[in-house]
Amino acid sequence: MILESVKVVTDTLSKVADKNAGSGWIMHHVLDGNELPLEPFGVIHLPQLHLFGLDISITKHIVFMWLAAIIVFFVFSFVARAYKKSLVPKGFTNLIEILIVFVRDEIAKPTIGEGYQKFLPFLLSTFFFILTMNFLGLLPYGNTATSNIAITSTLAIFSFIVIQGSGMKKNGVFGYFKGLVPHGIPVLFLPVLFVVEVLGLFTKPFALAVRLFANMTAGHIVIFSLIGLIFVLQTYFVAPVSVAFALFIDLLEILVALIQAYIFTILTSLFIGMAVHQDH
Amino acid sequence: MDLAFLAAGIGAGLTVIGGGYGIGKLAASAMDASGRQPEAAGDIRTSMIIAAALIEGISLFGLVICILLALK
Repeated sequence: MILESVKVVTDTLSKVADKNAGSGWIMHHVLDGNELPLEPFGVIHLPQLHLFGLDISITKHIVFMWLAAIIVFFVFSFVARAYKKSLVPKGFTNLIEILIVFVRDEIAKPTIGEGYQKFLPFLLSTFFFILTMNFLGLLPYGNTATSNIAITSTLAIFSFIVIQGSGMKKNGVFGYFKGLVPHGIPVLFLPVLFVVEVLGLFTKPFALAVRLFANMTAGHIVIFSLIGLIFVLQTYFVAPVSVAFALFIDLLEILVALIQAYIFTILTSLFIGMAVHQDH
Repeated sequence: MDLAFLAAGIGAGLTVIGGGYGIGKLAASAMDASGRQPEAAGDIRTSMIIAAALIEGISLFGLVICILLALK
């Protein structure tokens, strides 16, 4: 009896999921692909390249990642040139200075303490790159490059390299591992604590990658699902409700884009601070 | 009998309950603390946002697993 009702529920769910305008459409827009769909005007097919059997074709997410990199590069070249002319910024440079000072005073200084200037270029690059990639996904015809686990994993790997490299440079390789476990604990706990700390070195960047990926993907899936509700239910009457909810979630996505870039950067700088000043 | 879809749905619901409860308690403490000492409201707000993002990260780990189940 229970088994029959469970079967009815799962049959309905799989029927809704299999409708050709249902989950296939949502996943097609959220996941990576080899074409840039410009909806009413057509589709741009991106080149597929194969090198030594590895598939390095240019996909949607890669195009938008390059676009974000080009935007960040040109914006900051402009800002750097404006600073050469005068130390007091005007106009657009003033706007960027607000964000740069925010990253320096709220993210780098409190968490790293002294010697934060060396890490400021990396933290600024991370923050603005992730922010630009997140924002590009909210524009029409845009796509979020950070909703690709490969791109967020690469950013997390860079963070990992900077954290371990800076920690080992400051404390020496052996001294860094020695400083992982705190002083004054019974010798019995030393191996366990050491293993736990070394595992923690790897889980923290992994969590960074998955947090950014999941936040961006989940937000976009919610927006697409709300709009796709119109197609699944096949009526026009659900359109006002759908569009209103999707608008609200879109505004929330702007906030989430900012917060996720901020969280990635502040956690990276927190780990750098913990690696460099180990006796804190 | 595709129990994977059912599991994905129930799992997502439970994950959201856990995350929502945790962030709700966090927000309640932040409101209490801001009420007691309004000068520290800025610092409390910053810490609240950081903690909320971390808790949300955990609940999104569960969501990723549910998406993997539903897509299989």
